[in-house]
Amino acid sequence: MHEMTVARSVVDAIEAAIAAGRVAGRVRRVVLRVGRLRAVAPKSLRFLFPLAAEGTPLAGSALDIVEVAVRGRCERCAGEFVLEAPRFLCPGCGAAEIAVTAGDELTIESVEVDR
Amino acid sequence: MTPPPPSERIRLVTSVLEANDRIAARTREACTAAGVLLVDVLGGPGAGKTALLEATLPRLGARAAVIAGDLETSRDAERLAACGVPVVQITTNSFGGACHLDAGMVAQALDQVPLTAIDVLFVENVGNLVCPAEFDIGQHARVVVLSVAEGEDKPLKYPLAFRRADAAVVAKIDLLPHLEFDLARLRESLHAVHPSLPCFELSVRSGAGLEAWLLWIAAQRRHRPTP
Repeated sequence: MHEMTVARSVVDAIEAAIAAGRVAGRVRRVVLRVGRLRAVAPKSLRFLFPLAAEGTPLAGSALDIVEVAVRGRCERCAGEFVLEAPRFLCPGCGAAEIAVTAGDELTIESVEVDR
Repeated sequence: MTPPPPSERIRLVTSVLEANDRIAARTREACTAAGVLLVDVLGGPGAGKTALLEATLPRLGARAAVIAGDLETSRDAERLAACGVPVVQITTNSFGGACHLDAGMVAQALDQVPLTAIDVLFVENVGNLVCPAEFDIGQHARVVVLSVAEGEDKPLKYPLAFRRADAAVVAKIDLLPHLEFDLARLRESLHAVHPSLPCFELSVRSGAGLEAWLLWIAAQRRHRPTP
């Protein structure tokens, strides 16, 4: 259940942004990008976020999770592809030399605040 | 109907675990400065993490210490202390901390580790292949342990743990004659998830395969921490 730690990290990071003056106004929505490569379950995170936000300036805000597919590029045949399963081999030529270009995100993309 | 109040979108693009990663970087720097190699040992419950360390510590040829992050009991810490090395026990707390170690917990434990008197610091992570994989704790190298008493497709089920590892240990190979375990299939799933991952198939009971594992740690010590 490390999603609680992740949820609290989201709250902490936004509180830090508020303290730094990067975010002003009541936070209404938080947009998160979660790569499918991360061991983070969006469902758990959605459930836990309101608990983590309780008693903070983020209380009552909504959490939007954008799931990001795992993408790769083959360094041998230059093919680009989406990986549906954790087999990190080029689906085109079978090479193991692939670069993962997306799917490792765990990022607070933006927040929506009342003006 | 009243229209919704005007709102504004503010782009942040901040890593969620930025605070954790900052602390982890400090831990790594402190260990590097002291010439200490920090090895994070990951694995499911019962994979053989403690047994691997029990077999490794006396044969290491270097001064070591262990940070043990097991739950509830101090049994692992007691077993490791019997090897004659300093052991610091992390008692994970109840709220969101029980399934993994994060950089803050390790940094706190680090205060009790005699860094100037050791060469290698092992962190025995909480028995879990999901949660600990997410958190950088400041390690120079991460080792994932799985045993042949588990499934051959474990790497495919827990890809992050294996993707983020620098080596894999396949433990308890002395049990192979008693199991219907397909080692070739395990090698195949390890390769699919992390093609360049070095793997050490070993048994701490028979001693088979320990040599190569110890040589790998020695190589990490030579190549990694230079202040």
